[in-house]
Amino acid sequence: MTVGLFIPCYIDQFYPNAAIATLNLLSKLGITVKYPVNQTCCGQPMANSGFEHLTKGCNELFVDNFAEFDYIVSPSGSCVLHIKDHLHSEGHEGKAKSIRKKIYELTEFLTDIVKVEKLEARFPHKVGVHQSCHGQRGLMMSQMTELVAPFYSKPLQLLNMVQDLELINLNRPDECCGFGGTFCVAEEAVSAKMGKDRVADHLNNGAEYITAADMSCLMHMEGILRRQESGVKVIHIAEILNSEG
Amino acid sequence: MKDHAQLSDTFNADEARVNWHDETLWFVRAKRDKAAHGLPEWELLRSTASQIKDNVLSNLHDYLIEFESNAQKNGIEVHWAADAKAHNAIVAGILKAEGIDQIVKSKSMLTEECHLNEHLQHSGIEVIDTDLGERIVQLAKEPPSHIVLPCIHKKKEEIGELFHEHLGTPEGMADPVFLTAAAREHLREKFITRKAAITGVNFAVAETGEFVVCTNEGNADMGAHLADVHIACMGIEKLVPLREHLSVFLRLLARSATGQPITTYSSHFKKPRPGQKMHIVLVDNGRSTQLGREDFRNSLKCIRCGACMNTCPVYRRSGGHSYHTAIAGPIGSILAPNLDMKEYADLPFASTLCGSCTNVCPVKINIHEQLYKWRQVIVKEGYADTKKAIAMKAMEFTLSKPALYRTAGKTGRWVLKYIPFAVNNKMNLWYNQREMPLSPKQSFGEWYKENVKND
Repeated sequence: MTVGLFIPCYIDQFYPNAAIATLNLLSKLGITVKYPVNQTCCGQPMANSGFEHLTKGCNELFVDNFAEFDYIVSPSGSCVLHIKDHLHSEGHEGKAKSIRKKIYELTEFLTDIVKVEKLEARFPHKVGVHQSCHGQRGLMMSQMTELVAPFYSKPLQLLNMVQDLELINLNRPDECCGFGGTFCVAEEAVSAKMGKDRVADHLNNGAEYITAADMSCLMHMEGILRRQESGVKVIHIAEILNSEG
Repeated sequence: MKDHAQLSDTFNADEARVNWHDETLWFVRAKRDKAAHGLPEWELLRSTASQIKDNVLSNLHDYLIEFESNAQKNGIEVHWAADAKAHNAIVAGILKAEGIDQIVKSKSMLTEECHLNEHLQHSGIEVIDTDLGERIVQLAKEPPSHIVLPCIHKKKEEIGELFHEHLGTPEGMADPVFLTAAAREHLREKFITRKAAITGVNFAVAETGEFVVCTNEGNADMGAHLADVHIACMGIEKLVPLREHLSVFLRLLARSATGQPITTYSSHFKKPRPGQKMHIVLVDNGRSTQLGREDFRNSLKCIRCGACMNTCPVYRRSGGHSYHTAIAGPIGSILAPNLDMKEYADLPFASTLCGSCTNVCPVKINIHEQLYKWRQVIVKEGYADTKKAIAMKAMEFTLSKPALYRTAGKTGRWVLKYIPFAVNNKMNLWYNQREMPLSPKQSFGEWYKENVKND
């Protein structure tokens, strides 16, 4: 099995450690991982702003870079959801369709395809889990509080394998952090307020770290934590799962 | 005209008030969750309701004709209004013909949508809203901020001040029980003396020609039972084919709206009392246009429970008035652009697309997907901000060229300029309340090149 590693643009530029942890974690599990160096972005920032018609270049590039792999894995639920829902190609629709089916967010890939049952990881800290909306409600990585349906959570299933990690409970387990792509500047007041409220829930419940399967939410909450000069840190779930403590 | 972002900015100037507003509505969401989780068949109810409404929308013409014919047999006069203007003219015409210039009205979001009160007042007809929340916003000369909880944005102290000014309650009195009693006394006199009552319609049953009005205060009943003329105004999408379908919708409506098992009053109106006149106004006002928009037609399934507002993290922190339309929140943001794409071009963008609205919707409207689709339509129709369009094109230019992307990244973390700051290239909107991400020494791409051998 060869996995194509899709590292979204902002992770590539700002959070290389999340990407490195993803690569190392997959390699540790015996998976052959390749990173196509010509990748850029999934096109979501344009599409969510109403400019989906401008994403053709990004789409073709994505198809060129990733069509050959058995699976495509990415440490970002939001970007994966965008590809699953919106990747199309004028010349290679067959390839685009196949990519839409074989792309996975990292944690769902680990639980559903690799079927990981144990991890050699240790993270002796109190951790709050942020449920990123696109991963949760879009990719259905975990059950949603709105629905009357049995509980499950792919990220928690993995975090529970990490030694000495203490999960904290939140008052609102799956409320949005307010990032929302260009929403964070177009609706600055509401976006920042949502971010402050989300961070406060983690702080009030004693988190030392806030983790998520989506770095964009964490980037937003990190911006708020650092402005508040808080000692609490954000960390991508791949870094915890890959951590040797 | 201020847009949603500007109006929200004003709302957020008082953070303590935003916290109060957010927590008040979250409490309602929590009550909804408790009520929903009390029914193991909840998700089945939702899909059943959704399917019944699919059938209604696909056969709307036939059900409307069937309803009209049955209502007429019951002795109800049926009127058809193509738009808000026609609706208002019909209502004013009925009242003028009866020589009535003072009326009571129970809650009807349709009449808010059509701005009926203003129209009647201009025609010299006084309207008293009898729903307590609506009476409060009417005294305050404001529109409702929520379709189920019209004055949810007002604190009890502010209501006390309004009542002191208008109803003569003691200054500084803010006890809800006392204020409610004062309102009841004030409204009782109106119910007894007004000769005509307007109500909304929650459900109209095609097979019987009856309609159902749901309230917690019984004010629709007080109005309609005491008046010589009852005018019920309804959007054409309010139909259900069979009476038994109410057993699905009445179980969903109040649980979704407030967490109650059912509204205190679910009153069936089928025919006028002897000597009473009963009218129904069937209103289109853009609904058949929406029905023709494939991506947006199932927004017409909405039963106006308000659950999407209570759960919406943006609505809770921006307030209903920031949507500058009769129906606020996520559902309003997919309904309003159908009525005026230019005026409401901002609303589909007033969302993070988190999807919680879609999950609470009792008739399973894919609200967040429709918000995304409206964004595409609004941009294509040319209602997007020009600066945003230029930024998006610049972004596309770089992102579709890997070599350019890598150089741009190296020369100062290109992303800093564009993601998520693409809207105006000024970083200060992020920086207002948030620190910028730190720039690492190397991008992942650079690290990979140095550390991993790729064959």
